[in-house]
Amino acid sequence: MRRRVVFNNRFLPYFLLAPQVAITIIFFFWPAGQAIYQSVLRQDPFGLRTKFVYLENFQAVLSDPLYIEAIQVTVIFSVSVTIFVMVVALLFAVMADRQIRGAQAYKTLLLWPYALAPAVAAVLWMFIFHPSIGVIGKALNNSGLPWDYHLNSVQAFVLVVIASSWKQIAHNFLFFLAGLQSVPIAVVEAALIDGASAWKLFRSILFPLISPTTFYLLTVNLVFAFFDTFGVIHALTRGGPGRSTTTLMYKAYMDGYVNLNLGESAAQSVILIIIVSVIVWAQFRYMEGKVHYT
Amino acid sequence: MKRTTLFVLILLAVLFVACAPAPTPAPTAAPPTAAPKPTEAPKPAATQPPAPTTAPPQPTAAPKPTEAPKPTEAPKPTAVPPTATAVPVIPPGRVVVEFWHGLTKPLGDILEGVAADFNKSQDKYYVNANFKGAYPDTMNAAIAAFRAGKAPHIVQMFEVGTATMMAAKGAIKPVYELAKETGVNIDPKMYIPAVAGYYSLDGNMISMPLNSSTTIMYWNKDAFKKAGLDPEKPPKTWAELRTMAKQIVDSKASTCGFTTSWLTWAQFENFSAIHNVPLATKANGMLGMDAELKINSDLHIRHMQNLVDMQKEGSFKYGGRDAAPDALFPSGECAIIHASSGSRARYTTDSKFAWGAAMLPYYDDVPTAPKNSIIGGASLWVMTAPGRTVDEYKALGEFFRYISQPEQDAKWHQSTGYLPITIGGFDRTKAAGFYDKNPGADVPYMQLTRTQPTENSMGLRLGDMPAIRIVIYEEMEKAFQGQQTVKQALDNVVKRGNELLRAFEKLYK
Repeated sequence: MRRRVVFNNRFLPYFLLAPQVAITIIFFFWPAGQAIYQSVLRQDPFGLRTKFVYLENFQAVLSDPLYIEAIQVTVIFSVSVTIFVMVVALLFAVMADRQIRGAQAYKTLLLWPYALAPAVAAVLWMFIFHPSIGVIGKALNNSGLPWDYHLNSVQAFVLVVIASSWKQIAHNFLFFLAGLQSVPIAVVEAALIDGASAWKLFRSILFPLISPTTFYLLTVNLVFAFFDTFGVIHALTRGGPGRSTTTLMYKAYMDGYVNLNLGESAAQSVILIIIVSVIVWAQFRYMEGKVHYT
Repeated sequence: MKRTTLFVLILLAVLFVACAPAPTPAPTAAPPTAAPKPTEAPKPAATQPPAPTTAPPQPTAAPKPTEAPKPTEAPKPTAVPPTATAVPVIPPGRVVVEFWHGLTKPLGDILEGVAADFNKSQDKYYVNANFKGAYPDTMNAAIAAFRAGKAPHIVQMFEVGTATMMAAKGAIKPVYELAKETGVNIDPKMYIPAVAGYYSLDGNMISMPLNSSTTIMYWNKDAFKKAGLDPEKPPKTWAELRTMAKQIVDSKASTCGFTTSWLTWAQFENFSAIHNVPLATKANGMLGMDAELKINSDLHIRHMQNLVDMQKEGSFKYGGRDAAPDALFPSGECAIIHASSGSRARYTTDSKFAWGAAMLPYYDDVPTAPKNSIIGGASLWVMTAPGRTVDEYKALGEFFRYISQPEQDAKWHQSTGYLPITIGGFDRTKAAGFYDKNPGADVPYMQLTRTQPTENSMGLRLGDMPAIRIVIYEEMEKAFQGQQTVKQALDNVVKRGNELLRAFEKLYK
């Protein structure tokens, strides 16, 4: 079945590939190489004194209890965001997939949050939940429920999870909806004729049929939670209170950009590269087999 | 095969995001999301057939590709380079020097106005002042530029970056050397001792003081009146502050009695100076990089315990890090606040009640208190780069001489709200009747010059000070939440802070 394209000129394919390869090298491999190089050096910020220290930076990072703490925070955070996003998005998609009045407007409105930068989203959430100036935050405090994410680790964590998820839900919703709409109507009708309940229809027909979409979104969401939530955390909590919202990404930023410890920050980045490569590889390796394609 | 392609694609996207060792905090600078383009996404589903175990093709599971691209096209982030701003026309024939600063509007405009005035005052030199982001961003921009051999001539650096800059010997040119080489006279004695000392090494000025502030106390006179307190008598001691804050809350004059901005700067750095206790050994790091933190002393523990106890009885509120609690005062929520002297302008415009400014309180049973407080803010550093000319250094010397004149200092102080940093600047301002029209505006100066600085109140020079401040926030936040005692918190601060100091020291060995 595979179609082979044959080029008459031997150099044409390389020429056509060149822009993509150039971009890949300049924007992916070069910075990655820099990070790896920096991770084995001890260097002052200005680059005046440089010393090759082998894997000392990695040793320092991995033996740091605060780094282990950041790993825990990141795992709980990523799993929470992923589950929350996918459950809510799937629910919305199933609702929007039915014959309802104004479905188009409803779908469009649900997509709006995706157009916002994470940090902007975070500021919007701050306006709502700030304990003194936020609409809901203030109301909670006035009604006797102490709400202060500056000082309550659990509240801060929940707020960051929700703010991060919010804009990602729009993206997931779109994919789930598209997935649901491409399920053959014949299959659905056959199930209905057989007397399947709404739940049964979803559980046995729709959900398995959209599992490739689900699988893809799972990967994307995990990666999103790992790497793209920096803006939310920075704008809302700056990793606090305590270290309750300091994820691996935020710690790498703090150590590198604020504390100017380039070697250890680079070592953390390299570890992040490895972690996320493993996640993506494992998902493709093991999860794909369990996805239904019938 | 397609599966592998997708895998590689995702991996590359991830690599791209992961490798940037220092993402900028600007919201727009986030790299494009790690997700593959939506148009490609459906592929794994649609092209699943090649997978060995699966049965017939399953085209239906793919999201409609036509729907996908549109919405995802929108958020493509674009990092706008700061250079895109309008560049003023530089008169020909002038020696141009670059000046990178970290002051946001309106202060940044005033600073650029100073440069413009200098440019107008003579016809040989031109100072090109540009905003490069907040202090940490400006610092990183200057570091990156230096590494590329294109450092600006002058960079404005916040006070906690002083140790890093002083240690960067080949990257900076000390101001006293510049003065000597260019024959410009910049006398350290014209500055307030607590200002000149902060930026001097062995009595020689290393950087050029500019915008300085200190922490003072503001109180809400209306709330004091409502609580039955004398609105003209702010607390002088911590005991008085606690009683008054409690009375304010108990009488429901306001919901919060006392809060503090800059917990680290106000309640540790300035607190130590005022009580003449060391923040760190080696004269707070001024005498050497091998300094160790001393902030788990009995007095520090007592002070933090006092805040925790006040929090329990409802008279103190922790309002977040850095300047975040600033908003709690003009809103009327907290009746007393310790905040930067620079917050004065904001309180003047935002507060709808009568308020006053006073010096920070102290524990009156500590015999060494009260001493002068210390400064915060930023100073100007001369950076080196390949190919600097004598004329360029002359331009810098001339610019520094210009801004160090008392009349310039007085003008800067009155228009920005920063401290007058020269004694002449204060005298002029006073003679002009500025403090009669703006009562309390001289409080920061008086507090800063209350005594001659001791080795505990000269300032501090600790490597990684921004990181140490964050450690203090983290550990104290845990103490305020009741997750650990004050002693545990401060012991942890000392332990973690010392590790940072040793790591910093190691960089320069």
